[in-house]
Amino acid sequence: MPRLIKNGAVVDDSWTALDHDTVAPQAGQICTLPQWLQLSQKKGSAVQLEPAEEPDILFEHLQEIALIVINFPVFTDGRGFSYARRLREHGYRGELRAGGHFIRDQLTYLRRCGFDAFQMDDESELEAALDSLGDFTEFYQAADDQPLPLFRRRV
Amino acid sequence: MYVYDQYDQKIIDERVAQFRDQTARFLDGKISETEFLPLRLQNGLYLQRQAPMLRIAVPYGLLNSKQLRKLADITRRYDKGYAHISTRQNIQLNWPALTDVPDILAELATVQMHAIQTSGNCVRNTTTDQFAGVACDELEDPRPYCEIIRQWSTLHPEFAFLPRKFKIAVCGSTEDRAAIHHHDIGLELLANAQGEIGLRVLVGGGLGRTPAIGSVVCDWLEKEHMLTYLEAILRVYNKHGRRDNKFKARIKILVRAMGVEAFREAVEKEWATLKNGPTTLTEDELIRARSFFDAPDYAVLDRAESTTELQAACDRDAIFGNWVKRNTQDHRVPGYRIVTVSLKSTGYAPGDVTAEQLELIAELSDLYSFGEIRSTHEQNMVLGDVPISQLYALWQHLQGAGLATPNIGYLTDIICCPGGDYCSLANAKSLPVAEAIQARFDDLDYIYDLGPLELNISGCMNACGHHHIGHIGILGVDKKGQEYYQVCLGGSQSKDASIGKILGPSFKQEDMPDVIDTILSTYVTLRQEEESFLDTYRRVGNEPFKERVYAPTH
Ligand code: SF4
Repeated sequence: MPRLIKNGAVVDDSWTALDHDTVAPQAGQICTLPQWLQLSQKKGSAVQLEPAEEPDILFEHLQEIALIVINFPVFTDGRGFSYARRLREHGYRGELRAGGHFIRDQLTYLRRCGFDAFQMDDESELEAALDSLGDFTEFYQAADDQPLPLFRRRV
Repeated sequence: MYVYDQYDQKIIDERVAQFRDQTARFLDGKISETEFLPLRLQNGLYLQRQAPMLRIAVPYGLLNSKQLRKLADITRRYDKGYAHISTRQNIQLNWPALTDVPDILAELATVQMHAIQTSGNCVRNTTTDQFAGVACDELEDPRPYCEIIRQWSTLHPEFAFLPRKFKIAVCGSTEDRAAIHHHDIGLELLANAQGEIGLRVLVGGGLGRTPAIGSVVCDWLEKEHMLTYLEAILRVYNKHGRRDNKFKARIKILVRAMGVEAFREAVEKEWATLKNGPTTLTEDELIRARSFFDAPDYAVLDRAESTTELQAACDRDAIFGNWVKRNTQDHRVPGYRIVTVSLKSTGYAPGDVTAEQLELIAELSDLYSFGEIRSTHEQNMVLGDVPISQLYALWQHLQGAGLATPNIGYLTDIICCPGGDYCSLANAKSLPVAEAIQARFDDLDYIYDLGPLELNISGCMNACGHHHIGHIGILGVDKKGQEYYQVCLGGSQSKDASIGKILGPSFKQEDMPDVIDTILSTYVTLRQEEESFLDTYRRVGNEPFKERVYAPTH
């Protein structure tokens, strides 16, 4: 079973991986955006966004969706960081997963933007990568993990 | 100037530790070259022609004497005993070893310095007027805003992997010394009809391959909304900026493609969710930020008296008098002057400064200028608060160290990137061209007669030497493997911003002094009364210059 980092620990993935070719994804399977748009029942669904797919289209269903995966085909394409923040700012509280080829040195930034699960291309990296989640303990900006900017918190 | 508290220090220290670990993993083969690239760039580290280059951040060009001494020490221990002031007011080391970089960063952290985001596709060092806080034409000191932006942009989680680099400049004076029209975002402090001060926001200016002048995206923004508005702009850019072609990835291309109206709408839409959120600035934060830039303990001096005193000193020593005229200027406080320390003496690369010079400047700043120093985008240094009574003593020290060349704002005060001697992106060398021009025009009377003149040289299209906005711009180009130089005329970095026009086919390196000579003598022939080079150029255009420069030789 594939593994990933979730809420700060390495765990098994309970979702079925995405299948581009299927017309009817099963329950518990991650959908592509076109597949997801076809679903009649969005409750408990899971959808993966590619870099060119803005999340706004999901906004109406944020209370029903259980998992949103944002895919990073290349780690230098930072659009997903903004997508994550927008999803959290619009009230999404389900699992927000980074997938694909991001690197462990991005974990702090990803978490700050609202990701709570990280599925890396190279699973052997997962344990070591946990360390990178603790790279920083103080931040200037407001973000998903720290709603107040430092200037509102300085004592 | 801004002083770190435990929070700032912690963030910087954690960054050093993070980079130490990344470097170790890279040297261990656990991070690939491609993956290490953005990590090291965001810590200012380039791998160059001869050795790595480390670019150290000088936030909005402000330094203290302690930092300067530390820099001197670092250049001796880890480099070749000199540093270079870049055109973004930062400081570059040309010869550090990769394995030493984590230690250098740790040393820097002890004096509240770092190299964060001095390169890479992220928000870079925010720049401003080198005379901020002391200029006579200042509406409000821009530095508190720069510091607020520095903190907001430092390690911003959302904007570390933008389509391309992103530069912000702030200006708070009538004359624009921060080139805000040529930045991804330019912020101008200005007053409304009620006398309240707010911000005008320009977006999409830039140099490089497609030079552009910024468009006004917001005419009036209340200060408390500065950060949320910046965040909205950055978010639109992060989502929609082109990522398929690095030459079309800057925000100026996006603004042009969308049109200013549509761009503004997109920003407003993003802003709607951010506006009035927690990132909205508080009055307390503005007060706190300003408190670091309060006026130092100026003596109360009489303007008339000190002017007479200065005049007398200038009359006694004409060489000193000339330096005062060329390299110092009025200060908003009576009895003080702003001194520019020239790093443009012939035979030395523009902007280079040795460890000994750094230490001397540090000492002079302690003696005469409240221990503060500024770096300028024209690649000089500034002592901002020198009492008129101390000018002579200061000048003698500077003279003795080769730091008093009286050429500020004149032809030989050349802006020049490191070019092909150091930079691996270069098409051509830039330093020898600067040196040849400085050597040819060594007659001070002639360069004074030419009046204010900005000559800028870049070794390639990346335009680090700001060639497009020089009155005379020189660009290194590659012509079938040979180093050639293209000339453009008529650029300006001031509020009347303009972009230089290419004169014609490019020239060989050895011809450059002659070409410049012809351009200058054409100006001298054509100028009317008090016209500056730029005035004449704007009146007559490219043609007369072209005719003379490309006239067949007999
Ligand atoms: S302009 Fe080109 S050659 Fe000069 S420093 Fe920049 S990248 Fe290097």
